[in-house]
Amino acid sequence: MRIKNTTITVIRMADRIRFVLNDQPVELDGLSPMTTLLDWLREHRGLRGTKEGCAEGDCGACTVVLERSDGQREAMNSCIALLGQIDGQAVRTVEGLHGPGGAPHAVQVAMAESDATQCGFCTPGFVMSAYAFAAGGEKAELDTIHDALAGNLCRCTGYRPIVDAMTKVAGLAVEPAPQVPARAGSASFDGSFHAPRSLAELLALRAKYPEVLLLAGATDLGLLASRSRKPPAAVIHVAHVPELTAVSETDKQVTIGAAASYARAMPALIANYPALKTYLARLGSRQIRTMGTLGGNIGTASPIGDMPPVLIALEARLKLTSARGSRELPLEDFFLDYRKTALAADEVIESITVPKLWSNEVFFCDKLSKRRDQDISTVAAGYRLKIRSGRVEDARIALGGMAATPKRALAVEAALKKDGFAAAIAAVESEFKPIDDWRGSAAYRLQAAKNLLRRLELRVSSPGQAVEVEAL
Amino acid sequence: MKGQVHTAQRHDSALKHVTGQALYIDDIAEPPGTLHAALVLSPIASGRLRKLDLSPAASSPGVVAVFAAGDIPGLNNIASPGKQEPLFAEDKAEHAGQPVALVVAHSLDAARVAAERVKLDIEPTEAILDVQTALAKQAYVQAPSTILRGDPDAALKSAPHTLTAEFSVGGQEHFYLEGQIAFALPGEDGDLIVHSSTQHPTEVQHVCAQVLGCEYNRVTTMVRRLGGGFGGKESNASWVAAAAALAAAKTGRPVKLRLPREIDIIATGKRHGFDYRYTVGFDDEGRVLALDASLAADAGWSLDMTPGVVARALTHVDNAYWIPHVRAVGYSCRTNKQSNTAFRGFGGPQGVLVMEDALDRIARHLGRDANEIRALNFYGPAGDETPYGQKVDENHLARCWAEVKQLGEWERRRAEVDAFNKANPVLKRGLGLFPLKFGISFNIPHMNQAGALVHVYTDGSIRLNHGGTEMGQGLFIKVAQVVAEVFKVDIDRIRPSATSTAEVPNTSPTAASTGSDLNGWAAWEAANTIKRRMVAFAAEHFGVAPTDIEFADGNVRIAKPGSNQVMSFGEMAKLCYLGRVSLSSTGFYKTPKVHWDGATMRGHPFFYFSFGAAMAEVAIDTLTGESRVLRADLVQDCGASLNPAIDLGQIEGAFVQGQGWLTCEELWWDKQGRLRTIGPSTYKIPGSRDVPAVFNVKMLDNAPSREATIFRSKAVGEPPLLLATAVWTALKDAIAAVGDHKTAVRLDAPATPERVLAAIATLRR
Repeated sequence: MRIKNTTITVIRMADRIRFVLNDQPVELDGLSPMTTLLDWLREHRGLRGTKEGCAEGDCGACTVVLERSDGQREAMNSCIALLGQIDGQAVRTVEGLHGPGGAPHAVQVAMAESDATQCGFCTPGFVMSAYAFAAGGEKAELDTIHDALAGNLCRCTGYRPIVDAMTKVAGLAVEPAPQVPARAGSASFDGSFHAPRSLAELLALRAKYPEVLLLAGATDLGLLASRSRKPPAAVIHVAHVPELTAVSETDKQVTIGAAASYARAMPALIANYPALKTYLARLGSRQIRTMGTLGGNIGTASPIGDMPPVLIALEARLKLTSARGSRELPLEDFFLDYRKTALAADEVIESITVPKLWSNEVFFCDKLSKRRDQDISTVAAGYRLKIRSGRVEDARIALGGMAATPKRALAVEAALKKDGFAAAIAAVESEFKPIDDWRGSAAYRLQAAKNLLRRLELRVSSPGQAVEVEAL
Repeated sequence: MKGQVHTAQRHDSALKHVTGQALYIDDIAEPPGTLHAALVLSPIASGRLRKLDLSPAASSPGVVAVFAAGDIPGLNNIASPGKQEPLFAEDKAEHAGQPVALVVAHSLDAARVAAERVKLDIEPTEAILDVQTALAKQAYVQAPSTILRGDPDAALKSAPHTLTAEFSVGGQEHFYLEGQIAFALPGEDGDLIVHSSTQHPTEVQHVCAQVLGCEYNRVTTMVRRLGGGFGGKESNASWVAAAAALAAAKTGRPVKLRLPREIDIIATGKRHGFDYRYTVGFDDEGRVLALDASLAADAGWSLDMTPGVVARALTHVDNAYWIPHVRAVGYSCRTNKQSNTAFRGFGGPQGVLVMEDALDRIARHLGRDANEIRALNFYGPAGDETPYGQKVDENHLARCWAEVKQLGEWERRRAEVDAFNKANPVLKRGLGLFPLKFGISFNIPHMNQAGALVHVYTDGSIRLNHGGTEMGQGLFIKVAQVVAEVFKVDIDRIRPSATSTAEVPNTSPTAASTGSDLNGWAAWEAANTIKRRMVAFAAEHFGVAPTDIEFADGNVRIAKPGSNQVMSFGEMAKLCYLGRVSLSSTGFYKTPKVHWDGATMRGHPFFYFSFGAAMAEVAIDTLTGESRVLRADLVQDCGASLNPAIDLGQIEGAFVQGQGWLTCEELWWDKQGRLRTIGPSTYKIPGSRDVPAVFNVKMLDNAPSREATIFRSKAVGEPPLLLATAVWTALKDAIAAVGDHKTAVRLDAPATPERVLAAIATLRR
């Protein structure tokens, strides 16, 4: 057994993790809540249909489906999900799929009959992604199918037969979701996994344990348990706090709770900033967007996080809250240095507020990566422009992957407003000093960032002209 | 009758795959007391191992034992006899990721935690981290080898035109979804059963025995299925199994060693990257007169299978083309990186790039269409000799070429793409055509043998075993179809069983696309031996001539004047049993005609050639270097396909894998020689969206193999991977459009956005 990390004394009695697995209630005792769902399924429950392919949430072999009480099914990576997060959820694995009389489920039949399996190791993950897709009632459109498959890698088939199988299962009627007894109050598992259900409790915990990591979707932190095999000693799980999961909108702004999943936040973001549709579809995969959050993407302060550049360009503000009260901070001021932020030890990111675009404003964004889907950006960019008679009157531009933090391009903006695109392009080199790494050399990043401004110029000057290969 | 040869049959495990019931090694229920192992790797690319302190790991909670080189009872050697490649580093570290020790503990986590506690004192020495440095230092894992025909120097001197060019292509991580794994279970008297995810059960057996210092008969390798292999589970699987076997033998407990993805990528070899330099001579028409090429392979730190890979690269430099005078020199460069190994195509994909690059340059130089130049240089319809002395007797090149151009509507789309490029300053489209000739057989003649074991039971059910491993390619179903065909029974009656060195010994790896060619014939021999016995017995029993016994539709018919009789195959099996007829037989096959002289690099290394052709269309963004493959049209020669459904899957999958190698899959080492693309988050294999939106695949019809292959089928595992070369050619075409197709393009692979943008920049300079 893994050696338990030092625990922190808590006031509450230890709760037990309860959830529903393949329609059966499960209650856990004596297990670390930091155990990954995949390890639990395979090593404790003896369900070995779900596979570990990478232990970093990227290959999809571990995909299982979360069954929400509202009937929604969402694919997720079981390898990076911690058991504590599964409390109060319903999970279905490949062993829990059945057709009438115990025959294989229609999704399984479609995969088999399409010759969509070769070595078969990735297959259970694909089956579960296909099941979530089918249950969602989506249309058999290629773009949607690729979106649904972006979190699953297959090395054998070349995907064509899998896409065929997806076409067959689109809109398939599925059985109603199982009922999950909701947990009424806050919970604490094993004295180390704190799952508050109110903001006040969250803030009290945060004040009491300032060194304890905040856990939202575990799409980053989960890797400590799955890949590094060194789970955090304790976490405060923020995903059940209503204020942190709410998504709201006024005529002036959109507010996304820091712990709202991407899947939840996307409709409002896309409705107001249509350019984000493609951009968000390329952020992680459906599995990742089921769990991942804006607050997590900001809080980890990675220089290559996808959301900060676009949110900075959109003039997003953070609501930072502690027991002392709340304050607002422009997102661009949140990032102090590499992985250093302005978050105080007792604060949490409560929400992100993004002003809506004015009628004379346009918003664009770009992401460069080696693979189109489910890749981390080499360079990411967001641009909010005010255009009058073809001229850029005002601009907010931010870049990711170009510095130690996501960064607003103030000099580029100034040059653009004053002297136009040529000047803005020239300013990139003086303002940014990117690094070489496996995603791209410094020289490429610089050149690409400059060329993205050329692309932006084309978008402004020749709307409607195809400027991306994806448009072909 | 269900499941005959030449019919589409689903993978035999398909329903088990989709329901999660297919068992991989990590899914086998562990007996109580099973231990888990974790590797300790060198973090240094090159250095002297001064001290290895295992004690912090040994005293770590849950640890049972820690093993290093000194604990090996047999030889610290994972190579075949006569060569030396250590299982665990002894006095020096030769790549960052080289195994140094193995920790065995009660749980996987305990083993991994302890492995990190091992203290390594390594004094860094100068590392060679790229091919050019190795070439300059003449650091090789084997002496350079040369294929030579005619007098290339003189021919180049007298050629009306010559061009010299350089380029390079990167390696490729196999990225089988199931990582390397072995599970070793000790028995009595030092016996050992090793479940290994290997393409080469016999080598696992040999290497385990070599490391343990025991006879081969003590070790049994078992392989039901692999979660992908692609060449990555030949030599690599052997040392993983040997490490598990060592721990099992020493502790007397079952030991499982599963490499986590990161460790798997860091510790195991990959496809060889190559650096190329060539001079090509040609006439005014574009006819190639001579080629002088050097191909420098990045072998990594040890010999591994580099000789075979380099030999196959050299025997594929000619690809589809007649070249009168050739010198092709292969360098096997020793670098302090992972020991590169087999990967689908085995040097062939790297070899064919030379002429494809040269022909593009010739076309640009002469202002001609590259594809006319290609066709002009094809091998003649019959009898042209390859640079290594084998005649091209069967030749489907012209046919594949014509069919792919028709399938892809070459003329129309060429005009369409050119028009698009004229109208679009930012986005450019490109087209590429590629003809394929690929040699089938192991370059080492003795490896071209196989065995099978067939049992017929008295209820008529049949158990099939052979030396080939099932790694997703559908070998089990194909060989089962062969046996069904022999006995004329439904394929459901045939039960393929786990590959085991205890059932069929002394096997070759399932590799070089030869799985169904070799094992199909071996199984045919086994089944036919039993059938002959059954016929002989039945003829005697019923008092008829053997020709009066007919197997058909699951039955046996006995044609007797006036009293024809029909009985089920099972009834006949029972009757044979009662008549004391052996219903079990081995079968053996060796490929005819093949021979090869590795010293002179001449011979007849391939039983036959497989042909094909591809056409690809791409689009690039000249601002960012991003690219998409818009369409691919493929024609592939499968002979008389044993199973068109399985073969289609092989063609599509291989093409996409080849596309990944040439586009998005980039291995990246830092300046210290540490590989940093070590998981799917950093190493990007193609996803579903990367597959060409229009993807037409056609198997060459009515093209039974000219040679006596099993039911005149042809191998299909590797050849279609090379068809992805058309993507690389198309990318160069799109980039050349920036310079109005006047200038030839150097495009190193993988053609990441960064490399595409760099290539565009050279045109604009």
